[in-house]
Amino acid sequence: MSTTELPQLTRKDFSSDQEVRWCPGCGDYAVLATVQSTLADIGARPESTVFVSGIGCSSRFPYYMNTYGMHTIHGRAPAVATGLSVSRPDLDVWVVTGDGDALSIGGNHLLHALRRNVNLTILLFNNEIYGLTKGQYSPTSPLGSVHKSTPMGSIDRPLNPVSLALGAEATFVARSIDSDRKHLSEVLAAAHAHRGASFVEIYQNCVVFNDDAFAAVTGKDTKQQNQIRLRQGEPVVFGPEGERAVVAGEDGSMRIVPTAEAGDRVVVHDATREDPTTAFALARLAPSPTGPTPIGIFRAVEGPVYDDLAREQVARAKAAAPADLRALLEGGNIWNVG
Amino acid sequence: MSATTTPSTSTGEPHRPVELHDAVIRFAGDSGDGMQLTGDRFTTEAGLAGNDLVTFPDYPAEIRAPAGTQAGVSSFQLHFSDHDIHTAGDAPDVLVAMNPAALLKHIGALKPGGTVIVNVDEFDERALQKAGAMTNPLEDGSLVDFRVQEVGLTSLTLRTLEAEIADGDMTRKEAERCKNMLALGLVSWMFSRPMDATEEWLREKFAKRPVLAEANVKVLRSGRNYGETTEAFAFTYEVPAAQLPPGRYRTISGNQALAYGLVAAAQRAGLPLFAGAYPITPASDILHELAKLKHFDVTTFQAEDEIAAIASAIGAAFGGSLAVTASSGPGIALKTEAIGLAAIYELPLVVVDVQRGGPSTGLPTKTEQSDLLQAVVGRNGEAPVPVVAVKSPGDAFDAAIEACRIALTYRTPVMLLSDGYTANSAEPWRIPDVDGLPDLSTAFAFATERNDADRFLPYLRDPGTLARPWAVPGTPGLEHRLGGLEKAPDTGAISYDGANHHAQTVLRHERITRIGAQLPPLDVDDPTGDADVLVVGWGSTDGPIRAAVHTLRGNGRRVAHVQLTHLAPIHPDLEEVMRRHRVVICPENNMGQLALLLRARTLIDVKAYDRVTGAPFLSSELVDVIERLGGDALEGER
Repeated sequence: MSTTELPQLTRKDFSSDQEVRWCPGCGDYAVLATVQSTLADIGARPESTVFVSGIGCSSRFPYYMNTYGMHTIHGRAPAVATGLSVSRPDLDVWVVTGDGDALSIGGNHLLHALRRNVNLTILLFNNEIYGLTKGQYSPTSPLGSVHKSTPMGSIDRPLNPVSLALGAEATFVARSIDSDRKHLSEVLAAAHAHRGASFVEIYQNCVVFNDDAFAAVTGKDTKQQNQIRLRQGEPVVFGPEGERAVVAGEDGSMRIVPTAEAGDRVVVHDATREDPTTAFALARLAPSPTGPTPIGIFRAVEGPVYDDLAREQVARAKAAAPADLRALLEGGNIWNVG
Repeated sequence: MSATTTPSTSTGEPHRPVELHDAVIRFAGDSGDGMQLTGDRFTTEAGLAGNDLVTFPDYPAEIRAPAGTQAGVSSFQLHFSDHDIHTAGDAPDVLVAMNPAALLKHIGALKPGGTVIVNVDEFDERALQKAGAMTNPLEDGSLVDFRVQEVGLTSLTLRTLEAEIADGDMTRKEAERCKNMLALGLVSWMFSRPMDATEEWLREKFAKRPVLAEANVKVLRSGRNYGETTEAFAFTYEVPAAQLPPGRYRTISGNQALAYGLVAAAQRAGLPLFAGAYPITPASDILHELAKLKHFDVTTFQAEDEIAAIASAIGAAFGGSLAVTASSGPGIALKTEAIGLAAIYELPLVVVDVQRGGPSTGLPTKTEQSDLLQAVVGRNGEAPVPVVAVKSPGDAFDAAIEACRIALTYRTPVMLLSDGYTANSAEPWRIPDVDGLPDLSTAFAFATERNDADRFLPYLRDPGTLARPWAVPGTPGLEHRLGGLEKAPDTGAISYDGANHHAQTVLRHERITRIGAQLPPLDVDDPTGDADVLVVGWGSTDGPIRAAVHTLRGNGRRVAHVQLTHLAPIHPDLEEVMRRHRVVICPENNMGQLALLLRARTLIDVKAYDRVTGAPFLSSELVDVIERLGGDALEGER
């Protein structure tokens, strides 16, 4: 879409007239602001942008966007968005979902949107809790989480959303943090620019039911110790002085060693690698974000886009035969009476 | 099989065709014997001969049920005639039984004195045992009431293709598989049908293996020659062309007609068609048909599940497509929540339910009017949705267009009810004039401008239809958000206000009720205009009810008939029509779902007749039912 003749929009142009009603201090406010300003920065147009959400706190998101939007039903946003995206190539279709919406009730749809590579930008707000239903454990809550429905601790092993997306061979997989405006904005811009399904997990703090779940990677004193920033083409080292490094073991798994000992074994990050094995190994470094955790773009590869293939078939059929209704109805064996 | 001329008994001319008004023939064999295909071909031959016809395919749910067992028997019944008919026929005149299981399963239906052609090659001890026969029916005298024609269909086929097998052109097994064509050739000869169209069709079907095409043609001819040269068959028959209304005709099945109706509606609306579907019996053929029609700007999406299928359609509807999803009972149950979403979104959407026996997985391949209540009221909350029913295979075309008209005009999801019987059976269809089809481009217009001073009100309603604007993404200035939460008037903003919820609920009911008020008058079939008995049906019972009513009138009974196309809202004329009659009878292939609705809405004591055996009503059955329930009211006195 050419935007050269159009006026530069600002964050305000993407804000609707609805009062934002998340709990005070909710991480969703920060994400909303960053999405709005990023859209303005990348030259998106409100009339060509659609936000589709499911059910949950984060799924109220479309109401606050001055774009087209659909607040749908629990878990089904990727499927609704697929129908819209396939039938309307001119639109930017975003999906906003949460860990319960996308990974529990809607796990099936997320999986299929990713493996089909539908041209969607999917933002998964992961707060490791059910917020709207007031605090039950979610598919990303750590084993043993004590919440209302699990007074003796949850006995479900949690999902790692990035691992799941890579397992579905998603072509763009990233992770960012609600409060890190700069990083989130960069990741969103890259996700939006990617053709095909882009999946972005956003660590999002729920102040009411699961405060500080991501303190290890967001806390002022701990984040430098724990954020493993993935930068394209650069060695994966982290820590205040870059004193720790990620190296690949002989079995393909990755581990963290002091940079001084790593030598030339330090993994150099390459998100464009076709084979998702290294990206997966990076994701497995941190099954849950309580220690050193990779942040950034895990994978960004080209792949056939479902929308393009679907439309290409329609275009090919149209080129091969006219839309002649009379000929259709008169197909087959015909006879005349009278 | 009703004769118009007495058969000649002169031995000099044994094969001069006996002229018949109509005939019912049933092909029965193992699932792998190609009975559906054989029936389809004979149907085409009957159509090309100008007959009126109705078919009833019946097959097991298993793709290959254990061979040789009764459970694995697949059958195809065809009723063809020289006059207007409405059912697939109560009892066959001719039964073709490819094996003992087919014979045992279907012989009970054959008319006394009817002809049964049996493939005698398959009647060995093992086959009889598999079929569950204690004794050999060909020898134990149980077929004494019928004219039995023992034909070695398998051995004749193999003999016909001896050379091809010897030359290695085809295996013995492949050759044997052609035996259905021998049966078709024989029956075609029996009913004086030309086979050119079938030969042409075989050559097209097996274009990639001409050897197979020629083998099938050879066997087909062999069947005809067998009939011609053997003295076993005393007579051949002829059913002259029917006096159908003038026009161009083809045979069409319900699923095919429904798919064509959807495409026609989209074309007449000037919209792309988007179909989201998940495979399910007996609705999958709608997806298959649409997938072949992409040149009509049709996008088909085979979704990961039933919910995604409707969800994708809702997304496409928001984007400005004519969106449909097609399924059957269990799939519709899964779509229920999303239908409610489309109802509060007030977006056009057509949800096709090709009904089958339930509950749960039930009887996937058997017909039933199982889902009327699911369609009318089966949703959480007050979520009224219009419901349109299909009366016959050809009517599926018109019903689909009507469903699309309502969806587009009133911006609402519409349930379109077909059933397994209508979906798979075929009838001659007078091809409509394309220019005479409803112009649906006038049913809607995409919003292009703001409808309030400085803003867009997505729920500001048309005063006539109460429809809200359809503003599609890409239109500057009309950005708006839809959601499943209760709406404030006009703005569509979230509202938790109790009084507003009440008002919006009443409004959503009024929206749907108003569709009924804008329908043309109800069509009541009552030739004398003075009947005291009214039969009310819906959907595919149209044929058997019509046939029964016709018979009763021939016997001097007075009976009126209404077949409902619109089930929600029910046509506003119906209550008054019902009150004009002393007795109202409602026959259904369910446990009285329409009867329940009619009683609840009119307090009239509708007499229900219900049967759910997976097969459509017989007209003779309904004659008895109407006689019994109508009683004195059918007589002339006033």
